[in-house]
Amino acid sequence: MRHLLLATIMLAVSSPVFAETIAITGGKLVIGDGTAPIDGGTVVIRDGTIVAAGSNVVVPAGARRIEATGKWVTPGVFAGFSRLGLSEVDAVNGTNDKSSGKSGFSAGIDIAPAIDPFRTPFAVNRAAGVTRAVVAPDAGDNMFAGQGAIADLGADASPITKARAFQFAEFGEAGAGLTGGSRAGTFATFRAMLREAQEYAAGNANFDDELLRAEDARALLPVLRGETRLLVHVEGANDINNLINLRKEFPAIKMVFVGASEGWRVADNIAAAGISVIASALNDLPASFEMVGATQSNIGRMKNAGVKVAIGMINDRDSHQLRYSTQYAGNLVSLKRVPGATGLSWNDAFAAISSIPAEIMGMGDRLGSLKAGKAADVVIWDGDPLELSSAAVTVMIDGVEQPLANRQARLRERYARPTEGDLPKAYDR
Amino acid sequence: MVLVRAARYTACLLPLALMACSASEVPKSASSKLADKPAAKAAAPFPSTYKAYPSIATAIRNVTIFDGEGGRIDNGVVFMSGGKISSVGGAETSIPADIAVFDGTGKYVTPGIIDVHSHLGDYPTPSVEAHSDGNEATSPTTPEVWAEHSVWPQDPGFSRALVNGGITTLQILPGSANLMGGRSVTLKNVYARTVQGMKFPGAPYGLKMACGENPKRVYGAKGKMPSTRMGNLAVNRQTWIKAQEYRKKRDSGKDFVRDLGMETLAGVLDGEILIHNHCYRADEMALVLDMAKEFGYKVSTFHHAVESYKIADLLRDAGVCSAVWADWWGFKMEAYDAIPENAALVHNSGACTIIHSDDENQIQRLNQEAAKAQADGRRMGINISDAEVIRWLTYNPAKALGISEKTGSLKLGKMADVVLWNGNPLSVYSRPEKVWIDGALLFDSADPKRRPVSDFELGQPGEGDVK
Repeated sequence: MRHLLLATIMLAVSSPVFAETIAITGGKLVIGDGTAPIDGGTVVIRDGTIVAAGSNVVVPAGARRIEATGKWVTPGVFAGFSRLGLSEVDAVNGTNDKSSGKSGFSAGIDIAPAIDPFRTPFAVNRAAGVTRAVVAPDAGDNMFAGQGAIADLGADASPITKARAFQFAEFGEAGAGLTGGSRAGTFATFRAMLREAQEYAAGNANFDDELLRAEDARALLPVLRGETRLLVHVEGANDINNLINLRKEFPAIKMVFVGASEGWRVADNIAAAGISVIASALNDLPASFEMVGATQSNIGRMKNAGVKVAIGMINDRDSHQLRYSTQYAGNLVSLKRVPGATGLSWNDAFAAISSIPAEIMGMGDRLGSLKAGKAADVVIWDGDPLELSSAAVTVMIDGVEQPLANRQARLRERYARPTEGDLPKAYDR
Repeated sequence: MVLVRAARYTACLLPLALMACSASEVPKSASSKLADKPAAKAAAPFPSTYKAYPSIATAIRNVTIFDGEGGRIDNGVVFMSGGKISSVGGAETSIPADIAVFDGTGKYVTPGIIDVHSHLGDYPTPSVEAHSDGNEATSPTTPEVWAEHSVWPQDPGFSRALVNGGITTLQILPGSANLMGGRSVTLKNVYARTVQGMKFPGAPYGLKMACGENPKRVYGAKGKMPSTRMGNLAVNRQTWIKAQEYRKKRDSGKDFVRDLGMETLAGVLDGEILIHNHCYRADEMALVLDMAKEFGYKVSTFHHAVESYKIADLLRDAGVCSAVWADWWGFKMEAYDAIPENAALVHNSGACTIIHSDDENQIQRLNQEAAKAQADGRRMGINISDAEVIRWLTYNPAKALGISEKTGSLKLGKMADVVLWNGNPLSVYSRPEKVWIDGALLFDSADPKRRPVSDFELGQPGEGDVK
């Protein structure tokens, strides 16, 4: 983002250098809210914000026109769960900032400074139409991984849309591994840490700083008050049920489930609890015993039960391949034609990677769809954005047209012919 | 957490679960005289007991056919009987009366999809430590181990590969922790009580080798050789020298003590066992090609060959296949220069291109990975037809595995390994509708009884569910 706001708690929106009105016309327009695409739709953008989008939109005089006939115009992809910007090369430790496990901090970790917009995954995923991402820390040695951020993928020095946007915690098998080896330990730890945070807030001398540091306690207080969402990684049906019950002890907590491979088995409970889910779209293997019931129909079934579900990619190439979001959404559409399977309509599938993740993160009023007043994160595609043959041709973030170059493209150009010319390849650029 | 994530990645990626991948073609060594070889005379141990399941003569009409060798027939007919392809042709193709006939209007037929790089069975799900059987990471060279002795035939992953991916044949490789990881095994994707019951009859063995980061990291961390890439090459060459000596001894007619590892390596030098070499970087592939020349063997396939595009001409001239992902990159240093146009560039140079998975999830959508690679090529001006792209998933991997005379394309007399797709397989919206293996209908999306459920999943939540 070009324009850095000091108050990072608030949604920061970048503004274009020159106040400009842009009209994108003629394209197949996808609003992103689950409504059907509009043929020949128009999007009007002013000062980085959507002014209007639809079929009967008047192009303001003086607007710069972008002709999109034969193309698709959509909100940018909102990656529902990622570690974007936290590593350049996963297996090269020096470039990998996902986990702060040895810091001694837990909930107090703030991932924002580790999100590096100059890392290659920003450029590569931006070129694929990903414009915003939920970025979570990885748990180190505590079930509370720390505070995640909402990032934008703009080619500038300010990647943070909203810092400390949520707290991330591990339950289930991973949580058990971080809390002594048993899920029982996870629940005890969870209760104890929240209780200690309250002790800290009350200035109680009994505050147990061996369980958590003051920094961690301060980070848990807005979670307890429901001001900051708590994203919880959970996969198994029983763990989900237990979490739903646990939340009753802390009714203010705004809990969101992440992963939820067996969510379909308890979908009615999730719906009744009003908990939203950022689910892995294509898990269908019993990768662990908490995922024995995994099926690609999970998201469709949860949605049919009334759960608000977005697509996320926890632990699934989540630092580099957010560009898979469109492919995953397309796969859920394909299920509509598989007997016995439950998929999503095209419109719902696209919403699952645009408006719904924005809404689940509490930012649906500003992000995720092409409606008046929202940030102009707009992508023009050369075809159906969920189809494998399509690509983004124009990417705007906050109304700013983004460069689509990256080092993969440079390598491609250098080696379009593999053999050397008059000079070594090292001179070919 | 880290371990959980590691388990999700393919064995090839991880420091601990390192796997190697490579495919090789059958070398034809003029000097090899099979009849003289004691090892060749003995009955091969652990023989395949696979038998085709009963089939009925079946035809699909009005269907778009990609034959696996680059051919396309619109409004065509595929007829299979006796477990074999009996005819493939246009609408005029005659078929007998009294056979099962499916209308393929709007649908597509391809040969069964083949994955040259899988760890189903040796890194099965659930991915628990007790199932981690892919890397004998106790010595940098373990040519004596055979992947088939690690394969758990109840891996639920086989069923997903079948029903979502149309996979009918797959090569199970040892991991890539070792320079020489052991023998691979090629399987029919048909559940059996024993691994022998899945073994592809007559398929040659492969030897898994690995370049680069994994071997040097695993053994360097143990304070052992190799700890560098030069160490990798040195250990390899020393081992090939021993294999040459062993082969001489074996062929001398004198008594000698069998050595399982040396038997495998001698089999490579004989041209009977195919080299499948996990190798990411272009410079390392070039070194391996020279090492192969030095010792007189041939590399069938470089697996994970993310930099093949840099030496596509060398690979074409050497006749070596590149087995690649569409777009994986950045998970490790040697994958840093991966680009999504790799497959198209390799194909465009005239070299053999294969899309592989090394992954229990992406094996379920190799067709989609191929489609992405095709589109990335098209955007840089390399136009590769759909029918050609299907070759990356069928005939080319069959060739790399030494089974292209038997499967991999819809040609008369070949195994009736056939997928009927409910749309163009290169679209994200398409899925397998029916899959036949040796003519037997082993998946039918409309019939829950034709959906395999492994022992592990029986009696579990979601048993028999769509997956």
